[in-house]
This record gives sequence, structure tokens and C-alpha cells, in this order.
Amino acid sequence: MSDYDSIIIGAGHNGLVCAAYLARAGQKVLLLESAEAPGGLAANREFHPGFKTSVAHVVNHFSDRIASDLKLARYGFEGSSNVTLVTGLGREGRHVTVDGHSVTGVEQGDAEAYRRFAAQMRRFADALKPFWLKTIPRAAPGKWSDMSTFARIGLKLRLLGKDDMREFMRVAALPARDLVDENFDSELLKAVLCWDGLIGSKMAPRSPNNAVLPMLYRTAQGQSGTPGSLIEALQASARAAGVEIRTGTTVDRILVNPGQDGLVAEGVILAGGEHIHASRVVSSADPKTTFIGLAGIDNLEIQFTNRIRRLRCDGFVAKLHLALNGLPEFTGLDRLNGRLLIAPTMNDIEFAFDHAKYGEYPPEPVMEIVIPSLQDASLAPQEKHVLSAHVMYVPYRPKGGWNKQAKAALYERIIERLSGYAPGIRDQIIHAELLTPAELERDYRVSGGHWHHAEFALDQMLMMRPTYEAAQYSTPLPGLYLCGAGCHPGGDLTGAPGHNAAREILR
Amino acid sequence: MTGKTHDAIIVGGGHNGLTTAAYLAKAGLDVVVVEKNPHVGGAAVSLELHEGWVYSNCSYVCSMMRQSIHRDLDLTRHGLILVPYLGTVNFGDDGQTLIDYPSEEAAHLELKRHSPHDADSMHRFQADLARYAQFIRKTLLRTPPDPTSMRPRDIRELLFLGKQMWSLGEREMYEYVRFFTISAADFLEDYFENDLIKAAMASPGIIGTALGVYSPGSAYILLHHVMGDVDGNIGAWGLARGGMGAISEALASAAREHGAEIRTTSGVQQILVKDGEACGVVLENGDELNAGIVVSNLDAKRTFTRVMDRNDLPPGIYEKAKNFKIRGSSGKVNIALDGMPQFTGVPDNRYVNRGGQGFTGSLKTMERAYDAWKHGRWSPDPFVESVIPSAWDPTVAPPGKHWMSNFVQYCPPTLAEGPWTPEERDAFGQAVVDKIERYSPGFKDLIVHMEVRTPHDLEQEVGLTEGNIFQGELTIDQLLFNRPFPGYAQYRMPVKNLYMCGSSTHPGGGVSSACGANAAREILMDLKKPNTVPEDDFYDE
Repeated sequence: MSDYDSIIIGAGHNGLVCAAYLARAGQKVLLLESAEAPGGLAANREFHPGFKTSVAHVVNHFSDRIASDLKLARYGFEGSSNVTLVTGLGREGRHVTVDGHSVTGVEQGDAEAYRRFAAQMRRFADALKPFWLKTIPRAAPGKWSDMSTFARIGLKLRLLGKDDMREFMRVAALPARDLVDENFDSELLKAVLCWDGLIGSKMAPRSPNNAVLPMLYRTAQGQSGTPGSLIEALQASARAAGVEIRTGTTVDRILVNPGQDGLVAEGVILAGGEHIHASRVVSSADPKTTFIGLAGIDNLEIQFTNRIRRLRCDGFVAKLHLALNGLPEFTGLDRLNGRLLIAPTMNDIEFAFDHAKYGEYPPEPVMEIVIPSLQDASLAPQEKHVLSAHVMYVPYRPKGGWNKQAKAALYERIIERLSGYAPGIRDQIIHAELLTPAELERDYRVSGGHWHHAEFALDQMLMMRPTYEAAQYSTPLPGLYLCGAGCHPGGDLTGAPGHNAAREILR
Repeated sequence: MTGKTHDAIIVGGGHNGLTTAAYLAKAGLDVVVVEKNPHVGGAAVSLELHEGWVYSNCSYVCSMMRQSIHRDLDLTRHGLILVPYLGTVNFGDDGQTLIDYPSEEAAHLELKRHSPHDADSMHRFQADLARYAQFIRKTLLRTPPDPTSMRPRDIRELLFLGKQMWSLGEREMYEYVRFFTISAADFLEDYFENDLIKAAMASPGIIGTALGVYSPGSAYILLHHVMGDVDGNIGAWGLARGGMGAISEALASAAREHGAEIRTTSGVQQILVKDGEACGVVLENGDELNAGIVVSNLDAKRTFTRVMDRNDLPPGIYEKAKNFKIRGSSGKVNIALDGMPQFTGVPDNRYVNRGGQGFTGSLKTMERAYDAWKHGRWSPDPFVESVIPSAWDPTVAPPGKHWMSNFVQYCPPTLAEGPWTPEERDAFGQAVVDKIERYSPGFKDLIVHMEVRTPHDLEQEVGLTEGNIFQGELTIDQLLFNRPFPGYAQYRMPVKNLYMCGSSTHPGGGVSSACGANAAREILMDLKKPNTVPEDDFYDE
């Protein structure tokens, strides 16, 4: 007998979204989370007494539809439709700030070019936007009924007009560097605009094929806000819908039993040995963890397992959390809101990546900085602040492995780099925490420490994410579903994979 | 000034220009080819730069030449003989060798010596690659459809492509997308564990491109090694007897036989446009030639930014040409040798010590060479692919002597410190020779003459922008209907009566004659002449 309709493994934001949708449809849902609190990479966690922050530090394009379906505003998520500002920190305090429509800090020519560029990218992004919330069907001969989605994508693109459609088909696979080189002169602006195509990936500005679609994904309009309030609201919404959330509960294995037509997932076995039965199991864990770790290769067909094994998901981002005794001062910058980038040129990004390719960490890392305590005062004691930074590129497997000395040396390089833009910051540090990709994997149980669960690349997108047999949220193992960032459309705090998975389950 | 008006002028006598000329002339058109150098061939040439030695001083091996064109233009009668060459030795970072024996059994044992696992994977690897290549092969002698067009022909061609893709089945389609977008290193990871084997297999993925083995998109370029054939032997590589110039000479001879006129030492200064229509050219010596149509064999960037007046172009085209990705990344060192070099660790076997040498090292060594290129330098440990054609072709060196072609990846078009100087060029050549000497002690003493060619030299002599050997990067944004620009992939250019026939067009570089043949077919269609261009051979159906 089943105890639940659905058990969801992992209470990251996608697990919460999926659980809420299922419960609202009348299902009895159990959400299991190994950590002490829900939220996954977006959960606020105290890293020093009185100082809190989350690994994912911005909400940029959370889906409007999900926010309204789940009534997140009522539960405290005050999403705004404004794009989070991005400021590229320039040498000698000459900065460039982009707000999605216009840019300041550059010459007239670049400012005009940016308006044209942003408008075109927005047209492309708008054409693609509906499909992030759709299930992309299998491209299998004989399944013509599903083909309307492909036809609609084609039509959407065609409706852009001949010139735009042609341009889209050309730029879709361009390296980030070529895309911005074609449009701008300012090195700093180019580096800033590259960033959203690369963040979290094993890619640099010169890498072809996989940068522009993520850029457009991130350009899609949605809600911005703080991760903390988003997780709180999702949690409240899920509970209100009747979801039972058990934290501090680690799933050891997915319970697989022989059914009438072969193996079926029927529940989970907890680390303590407890069996919980359900009509289905939905995993928001990454595909490698889900299939290899939890379902077990004995229960899967070998070619499928091979495809999961070769998913590319080595993380290249380290996370820095600083507890500061005051607001940091960046040379020439009066507002610290939004995202601040230390990536003065595309070559800086490229060369930082070059070191990581060989398992070295870069002498001059590039990074994205946010001061979360400016948005949410509860994250730090009064007058004190938290600095959160995504540092690229830091290899998951460095030469010689991770150890104390390697981490200390990397930390020193990061602070040195930071001090170049915020000269007094070293003296403001009360406590510092640096999480390498290996530690992100350990602490957040995400393979490779990869935020997106699997590299955001053309062959791991759409109906191929994570691989073609598991891209419609159901998997080759009946009763087992996926709802995490390893499914279409992918990572970032959007809620889309959780939403799409729930729709497929309810179908 | 005005003489008679020709039917067509071909600007540039490279192998594609000559192919177009031959097919247009075969259809009865009055065709004149104008070439800036004293010889035809562009980058497919044989030059005697040192007495007794004939260098193929740019392109050096042949495999992609379409067999149907070879047969159709009767190139063998015009003097073209392709000689397959066998056996390549790849050298690892620490002096290990990996020999590609012509005998399947020996090759397998050799792989096994490095890794039994990889030896077993090799069949799977080769079968997969051959399958991916089949897909591309079918598109080579076809005009890419315009996906935005509703014309019956475009829809038909689009359906053809769709059908090819669809008929693969879901699993294969997924594998194809993966293969066409990932890096060579990631792709090889699926098959091999040994560093040297991976490096040896990866080497075709970087030839001529400004990508590294770790760059997404480099797996696709691996196909250039298996796409072609020699005498129907798919994936084989050959030498043209007498050097690569033999291909160009045979094409020129075929074109002349059909009545085309070929004028060498006649560089074009400008393509003339009157009332929005291309109508002729002005040569560097001031002569003006008139014609109904003008066909440019030059690369897209050179065509639109160097030999055309910006005012003659519709708005936006100049910018498109400026943004065309055509990056110089390769160098060439041609060496005349006093005798056959001996390589450490290579058995004295006539099949293996006379073929090709790949100074590959490892994936990391290759990638570091790419990193140096990004910094505007060459690597002190470059990737070098060498062939000793004189081992198979006695016509290119005096008896007992040899010539060695060394292709070097990577070499920047300009250096970080500024343009190339003769001193820097010599230093680059020295780095290559030093690398070979490491594997062949005494090699330096055999050198009789040496020609070092940087991308800058290639641009100056051949006219390829930045010295890019493919007339434009082979990345998705510049393939099929995107090559050279979206909307202009069907060989017709934005100015009426202007066409392009070089490797800047589909299907790209590699001495295939396919671009030139495809252009001729489109031109003949526009002129309402019977088609003279043959269809391609398919082997799999």
C-alpha cells in the first residue's frame, strides 16, 4: 500500500515548486530534505554567528506564472519585474552599469549599440520564453502528435521576420566573445555582457555553441528578488497546499520492486532504514545522483546508465562568503546594489579559464559579487554586512587535489583581486568561508558541485536534457520522475523544471 | 578600354575558381579566369623553391576532392594521379610512439600495447565517425536551403535534410547533436583512456581552426579526416603526384579544354558594379574586363571589404563581411632534406617510417599550443603534422633526397608585439625544427632548404584573409545556410550578377572542388543553361 501519492526527494526550489503543484492538485505529497532546512543551494545558512547567506545569491528570472499560480506574493515573495543591475567594475573606478535596456559608463556609440543589441536579444528571448515552461517532446519517429511543439518553435522563429530569424540561427551558436565583439568597443562592457552566457559553466568567452541560449534564457523576463524570501514563500505555499516536509531526512536509496511489467519505483529507503511507499518518486536531485546514486545501476539499462555517466557536470565555480564589519567600499562606486563583476576584459575571463582547464586555479580569478545584506537586513547584525561571490574558474578536481594549503592560496588570490577594487576590504573581514566545487558537492549533494546539475550545453538542453530518454520528466524506470535543474529548461532560480515535471505527472 | 564582353569572369584561380570555370565553359559560356599569381591553384600549388625540390607549400594532402568531379572532368587524363599514403606515426610527450599500421591486425596490436581498452574501442570509434561523416557527405554537392524561404526548392532541400536527420532515429539524433556540438576532447573521452591515443585521434579536430581540442565544436572538425576518400576508399588520404599543384593544373587544363581562358599575373583591383549589377573587373594593371556575371573565388571578407567599393554594396553587407570569422591559426614549414630522417623508436618498416608523422604530444600539449595562440604567440611545443611526400612520389625531390611538409597548429596572424618580422618568422620555424629534432636526432643536419610560412605569408601570397586555410571558420554560425552569411548561402551574392565560389561558401575548405561545382550549378540555373555539374556518389545506399 502506498503511504503517499508522491515522494519528492530534495527540497530545493524545484522540489518545492513541484510539491506545491502536486499538492494543489489534490495529491498527498511528502517532501524529503537531507539538510536541516529546505532551499538547497538557495537556502540561507548561517556561516558565522549572526551572518547568513545562500549559495545562489540572486533571483533574476523566476517564472511569473509560477509565482502567480503558487500565490508567492501572498506568502512574502515580493518579486519585481525589474532586471537586477549588473555593474562591471573598471580599473581606476571607471565602471559600466547595465540594466537590460540601457548602459551607463560607456561612449555614445556603445550606448546606442547596446539599445539595439538589447532590443534584439529581448525579441529572441521573448520568442523562446514560452518554451521554457513547455515539455519538449521526444524526437522519435512515429510520434507525430507531439511534433506540434517543434512546429510552434519553428513558427515563433519565423514570426520574428526573415532577417531576425536568419540572425537568430547564426548567433545562436556564436561564442559569447564573437557576439559582443560584433557589437561593442568597450572591453569592460563586452566582459559584462559575456558573463550571463558563461556563469556556472565550463566555458569561456571564446567557447562556441553553448553561450547564447543560456544568455537568452536569462534574458527572459521574470521576477527578481532575494533567494531567502523566495524559499520562504515557496515553503509556505507548499505547506498551505498540504505538502508534508521532512527535513534532516536523507534518502539512501529509491525502493525499486518488480511489478507486472518490470521494475517499478515504489518509494524510498531512508538512511535510517525506514521504508516509505508512494505511487511515485520524484527526484529534484541531479541526474547522476538520482540514477547512479539513488536508483542504482542494477535497476537501469546499461546504455542509459552510460549516457547518464557521461553527462558533463564538473563545477567550475567556487563560492566565497565574507562576514564584514561594515559596508565595503568599492573605488568609484556609490551604490552597491545589484551584481558587481570583477572581469575587466574578456581576456581576463578567458585566461582565468585556461588555468582551470588544466586543474590549476587562476592567479587572477574573475567573480560576481552581491551584498545580500543590503536587500535583506536579517542576514547580518546591524551595521554589519555579508559579501557573497561566485568565483570563476575553480576546478572541481585540481591537480594534487584539494587541501588546506591549496584552499588558503586560492583564498589569498581572491582577496587580493577583491582588494584591487575594494582596497579596505581585508580589514573589514570578520570571517570568511570559501566553498570549492568539491565542497559544494559534499554539502549540497550536487554532482560535481555544478549549480545547473548538468552543463548547460546544446547536447544537454531541450529534449536532450539530461538525455533523451529522461527529458520529459518521466524516466526509463516507471514510477520515477525528475524535477530538478538537470531537466529542461535547466538551472537558475526559475521554478520551471519543477513546474513542468508536476504538469507531466498530473497528465 | 572596352573590348568584348565575356559571359563570366572568375576572380581568383584557386581550385574552386577553376572548377567553376570548367563547368561554366563546359556549358558553352565564354569564361575568363583572372589570377594574381604567375601560377594557378591558390593554396593548392606545387612550387620549386629550391632547385630540384617541388613543394606543395600550402595544402599538402588530398582526400576531400569529390570523386564525381574527378571523373566527370576527366582529371586523370589531365594529369592528376592520386597516390594513397599509408602509415602515420604519432609521437607522445615522452617519446612514446603510436603507429597506424596499414594492416588492421598490426594496428590493433599497436593500440593494445598502449591500452587494451582503447584497442577495443577503436572499431566503435571509427564506425561512429564514419556514420557521422555520411550525413555531411550527402550535403557536400548540394546547395543549402534557406530555412526562411517558402520556395519549393528550398522546402524540398530542407525536407531532404530533415529526412536524413529523422531517419536516424531518436538515439542517433541525440548522438549527432552531441557530436556536432561538443569538444573533441569530450567526444574522445567516450572512447579512449590513453593520452597519446586521444591526442592522435584529436589532431584532425584542430587543423586550420582557431579552436582548441577542449573547445566545443571541435569534434565536428574531426570529420574532415574521414569525410573524404581516395579512389572510393573512404577516409583514406592521398598525395597528388607532382604536388598539390597537379590538382589545380588538371582542373585548369580541363577548363581550357572546354574553352575557358586563364590569365595569370592579373590581380583584380576592383569588381565593377553598374546600376546595382556586377559587370566586370579592373585589373591591377588598369585593364578593364567586362562580363555578364562576376564570380569571386576570394574569401568573403576579401571580396566585400577589399575588392569591392563599399558604396556598391547594399546596406549591412560590409558589416556582415567585417564580422565574418576568418582567423589565421596555422603555419607551415617546408623542408628540403638531404636524406630520409630516422625517428627514434620507429621500426624500420617501409610502411611506417615513410608516411606521416604526428608530433601530437597529448591533449594538454595541444591545448597549451592553442592558449599560446590566444596570447598572440606560438607555442614552444607546437602541434606539428608532417608528411614526407617524396617517400611515395619520386617527382618532388631529387633521387635519394626528400621533402617534408610540416603543418603547424597554432600560429597567430599577428603577434602580441605587432606584425610578423623575418626574425620572428625564423624563430617560429626554429621552434618547429627543434620539436622534430627531439624525435629525430640529427634531423637538423639533413636540412638543405627551409621555407617558413606564417598566416601573414599565406595572406600575402595566396590572398587568404589572415591566412585562414578554410576561407572562414568551420563553426555552426558559418556552416550550411549560414555560410558565408545567412540569406546568401546559395552562391548568389547581395549584388546582382555577383556570385561566390570559394571555400567561404558551403561546404567549406579542404580542396574538395565542391564549392566551385555548386556555384557553377546555381549560375547555370540562373542563366537558364543546362546543368553540367554531376551529382555526388553515395556509397551507403
